[in-house]
Amino acid sequence: MLMKLLRELVFPLVAVAFAFLVGGVIVLLIGDNPLEVYGLLLGSALTWPDGIGYTLFYATPLIFTGLAVAVAFRCGLLNIGAEGQLYVAAFATAWVGIKFGGTVVDVFGEPVGYGWATLPAFLLVPLAILTAVLVGAAWGAIPGWLKARFGAHEVITTIMLNFIAVALVSYFTQYFYKKPGDPIMQTVEIGAGAYIPRLGDFIPGIPARLPVSVAFLIAIAACVLVYLLLWRTKWGYEIRATGANPSAAEYGGISTRKQIVLAMAISGGLAGMVAISEVLGYRHRYYDGFSANYGFTGIAVALLGRNHPVGVFLAALLFGTLIRGGIFVDAFSEHVTKDLVEVLQAIVILFVAAEALFRGPFGRFGLLKRSKV
Amino acid sequence: MFEIFNLALLFSTIRLATPLLLAALGGLYSERSGVINIALEGLMLAGAFTAAAVTHWAGNPWAGLLAGVAAGALVAAVHAVACIRFRADQVVTGTAINILMTGIPALVSGAFFLSSGSTPQIPRENLIPWTPIVLAFVVLVPLTYYVLYYTPFGLRLRAVGENPAAADAAGVSVPRMRYTAVIISGALAGIGGAYLSIGQSSLFTRNMTSGRGFIALAALIFGKWRPVQTMLACLLFGFTEAIAIQLQGVRFGGEEIPNQFVHIIPYVLTLVVLAGFIGQARAPRALGIPYQKER
Repeated sequence: MLMKLLRELVFPLVAVAFAFLVGGVIVLLIGDNPLEVYGLLLGSALTWPDGIGYTLFYATPLIFTGLAVAVAFRCGLLNIGAEGQLYVAAFATAWVGIKFGGTVVDVFGEPVGYGWATLPAFLLVPLAILTAVLVGAAWGAIPGWLKARFGAHEVITTIMLNFIAVALVSYFTQYFYKKPGDPIMQTVEIGAGAYIPRLGDFIPGIPARLPVSVAFLIAIAACVLVYLLLWRTKWGYEIRATGANPSAAEYGGISTRKQIVLAMAISGGLAGMVAISEVLGYRHRYYDGFSANYGFTGIAVALLGRNHPVGVFLAALLFGTLIRGGIFVDAFSEHVTKDLVEVLQAIVILFVAAEALFRGPFGRFGLLKRSKV
Repeated sequence: MFEIFNLALLFSTIRLATPLLLAALGGLYSERSGVINIALEGLMLAGAFTAAAVTHWAGNPWAGLLAGVAAGALVAAVHAVACIRFRADQVVTGTAINILMTGIPALVSGAFFLSSGSTPQIPRENLIPWTPIVLAFVVLVPLTYYVLYYTPFGLRLRAVGENPAAADAAGVSVPRMRYTAVIISGALAGIGGAYLSIGQSSLFTRNMTSGRGFIALAALIFGKWRPVQTMLACLLFGFTEAIAIQLQGVRFGGEEIPNQFVHIIPYVLTLVVLAGFIGQARAPRALGIPYQKER
């Protein structure tokens, strides 16, 4: 068991090491000291409490999108539509928070007429979370259905749906839910009853200024649930069977079309949960363009995490660290900017994807000799 | 409302369709050889940034254009090596290239131009406003059509994309064809990107392609992977973009027309085509499948 875990860890670690090596060369070419830059990148993100608090905050949406991509991967699908799914879900969640969160009062104390009703928090929060999951799932199910029904490649349809999602929510924000005269493309605030608490609000020792919220705990729960779903239920078995060998699955009596729609819906639902951390836990409104490519980073997270919830969790922590550290690189390094984080992400994906790189000619160095899982 | 349909709209359509067409034709070579190219966005960004940076340094737009082409080809070569030599998932690699190319230009311009991801302004006399338009519509579309259907190279390209094993048996080197095709796609997307930065505007800004690489990909699918149809699709999508720009601030019956709906037309149309409502879009049969010679 332990040996198996170690073997699983070797390849991602090698890929990350190589990515940092290449990134270091780029830093050197730009004219900074790679060790200093990496010191800033990793060191500042791992200080207690601010560094770690923010790292966990940045990791939270990545856990959700990483799980989303991983579930689809296990079914043999590549969901690059997490970005669109989380945008639609975030808007819908904010909508519920606005409509059922009571009447909003603007800066001058004037009531702004957006709310329909005032639900108590114990009803509103679950309702908002349910909305995030269901709306994300519905948007994710569309490409699943298009694939199952018409054979349309999910990669292309999810790309198209990403753009459609962004345009739709921007339309509704701009014309219906923006405070008149607000120069920023964002909705009015959600009712306070829909806020979820920050960890610092109830855990002693964590300062309440840190934005990491209950959403992080929900993300951990999601990891456990995805594990149970994939490896302990019939649904999960059928999803994995479809991903491993669709024709064999079909022969074994599994409706692969149904699994494709199901897997995409679950994937979309997980992506939609980003709304919990971003809308309910942090911004308390829908903000146009809030996602810092969480959907695409989710691909890197899932790949690096070997499409396993534990791996996804660890990979999300790594990328969360990078995002937090990037801010310090921006501020304190001479030439290099936080864009280094994106570059590192991309190189990690390239190395993980080109797995054969470590198995082919380099395999002789004994890095990895095991055949594919 | 209808006074916006005039000659200016036509020119604007052609201008806006040009970068799409260049990238889409590039994608056509790559995908016809069996390599998915969702990296078009990143390849365009590579071309756009390099062209603007080199034009700024060298003071010569032709040097910039050439550098943009080279950058596109070089980045495409990375995609090609990962997909062909190491049989990586082509979509995953493409996504990585797209992320890489939002990062690298920002990193480089942050270091050398002390900006947050844009190059300095290029003076007007150093821009190439129309050459890429002619190149795309007058030269490349007929040339691609001819090459694809009337030359041995085109036949091999299509064979490699449809049935690589058969092509291999007939003595065609599948990897070599695919490398060539992917690198051509990078070069063409590079021109498309260069046209954006040193043709239509006068500097590179962060993520300046804003999804054009994906619209080009959509046009390629909408055009069913054929050169002339792809050109028509690019014109259609260029037209919707032109309309969206013209409609800004135009009032119709007292109401502003939300341009979000005009913007999504290309994406919706592509979805409709993919679902098979307008004819059948059939991809090259071996698209996305790494080829491994049998031993």
